[in-house]
Amino acid sequence: MQGGPENATTTDERHSSRVTVEVNGASREVTLDNRTTLLDALREHLDLTGAKKGCDHGQCGSCTVLLDGRRVKSCLVFAVTVDGRSVVTVEGLAGPDELSPLQAAFIAHDAFQCGYCTPGQLCSARGMLDEVARGWPSAVTGDLNTPAELTDAEIRERMAGNLCRCAAYPHIVAAVRETAASS
Amino acid sequence: MRAFRYHRPADVAEAVAVLTAEPQAAYLGGGTNLVDLMKLGVQRPDVLVDVTRLPLDTVEEVPDGGLRIGATVRNSDLAAHPVVRRDYPVLARALLAAASGQLRNMATTGGNMLQRTRCVYFQDTGKACNKREPGSGCAALHGQNRDLAVLDWSEQCVATHPSDLAVALAALDTVVEVHDADGPRDIPIAELYRSPGTHPERETTLVRGTLITAVRLPPLPAARRSTYLKVRDRASFAFAAGSVAAVLDLDGDVVRDVRLAYGAVAHRPWRAYRAEAELRGRPFSPELAARAADAELAEARPLRHNGFKLPLTRAITVRALTELASS
Repeated sequence: MQGGPENATTTDERHSSRVTVEVNGASREVTLDNRTTLLDALREHLDLTGAKKGCDHGQCGSCTVLLDGRRVKSCLVFAVTVDGRSVVTVEGLAGPDELSPLQAAFIAHDAFQCGYCTPGQLCSARGMLDEVARGWPSAVTGDLNTPAELTDAEIRERMAGNLCRCAAYPHIVAAVRETAASS
Repeated sequence: MRAFRYHRPADVAEAVAVLTAEPQAAYLGGGTNLVDLMKLGVQRPDVLVDVTRLPLDTVEEVPDGGLRIGATVRNSDLAAHPVVRRDYPVLARALLAAASGQLRNMATTGGNMLQRTRCVYFQDTGKACNKREPGSGCAALHGQNRDLAVLDWSEQCVATHPSDLAVALAALDTVVEVHDADGPRDIPIAELYRSPGTHPERETTLVRGTLITAVRLPPLPAARRSTYLKVRDRASFAFAAGSVAAVLDLDGDVVRDVRLAYGAVAHRPWRAYRAEAELRGRPFSPELAARAADAELAEARPLRHNGFKLPLTRAITVRALTELASS
């Protein structure tokens, strides 16, 4: 599949689009080849390298960002589809000189080793805690009709879309548990 | 990846018109399957018609009972919907057992139903696959076929349908609302999916350009006692090794009505009509449930590596029904 004309970077009008998107509170406008994923748009065109490219197939979760407040895998979103919408990356979870409670808890609990999956873990946990606050059930919730208590089993199930090659899972669970309890 | 034009249609009719006119166009929903397949070179559309901004994103209670679910309702919103959780727990459980939190926020109802098989030979453009390239052969038939079909497969294709949602919808006798070049029409879900036969590249009976616009769940009070049981190779975020959607309606201990459908066993979500017939009108027992599963699986033809799916499917049938009977 390498080298053929179909892989050439195209800038012709038919195959590219002008995209306006709010990123971490600021409106950004960029012209992109339609094939550009949201992940590549953030990293290669908007200089936001917090979201990481792991598997690039929606399986590892390191590219997780918040799209209109909901956690998604940015490697499986074409950037052209988010025109007019709002994205928050790990860079936008708190101000430039501060930490969000979740980030502080990750440090306090030593919830990472190499750190590559951490931006995705943080954005995913942020989205997940909002889902819990809305009363959403999970696969391990016993009674679907009453809001789930955020047990460790619930945290693990709800964070199953984020892999950690260093296996810092027990500390990630602890950091998420503490953030949930203190919010 | 092949370059593509991007189109955001103003309405359903325009979306259908573009797909009908452009032979290599594809609908784009949540993208969780299609974008991946485009990266792999398995699907190579030259136009993407983004249907996610069409007004198909609501869940409405139907006046005479039942629920109408728009095709672009996201899997996470549907699983969390209070009426789904209360009246159709089998549907909520099927959705929650699938994928991950992020993917459920992206995936749409219609896209989930039309997702492609996860057969690894289909996903590998270096391997023979009649579904991807008709006439090229089937590398899976004598390959690593542990994950593949035990029922209704053909020499041309042994792929399974990967959706959990579709298994629950099959058990619920869902009506699928579609729109094609001739306008809107309804299709019973039992008539939506195809057996592979000699044309595994055709997975549904829909003609090219057809858009699923909604699904309607008929009123089924018995579905309040329903569940979805899924077995995976790991605890979460994996496709099914086996799954069952079950609805059980008991009159005392006698089975008044039952709905059963299996996942991970065939090219389509597998409604277990024979098992249902064995169960109806008889006093429920785990032994009866086992006999019912055996009746359904009597014509199964396991491949070299997936014989385990027969005792597995039997066991989850017994467990799901026994749990429902005692709930």
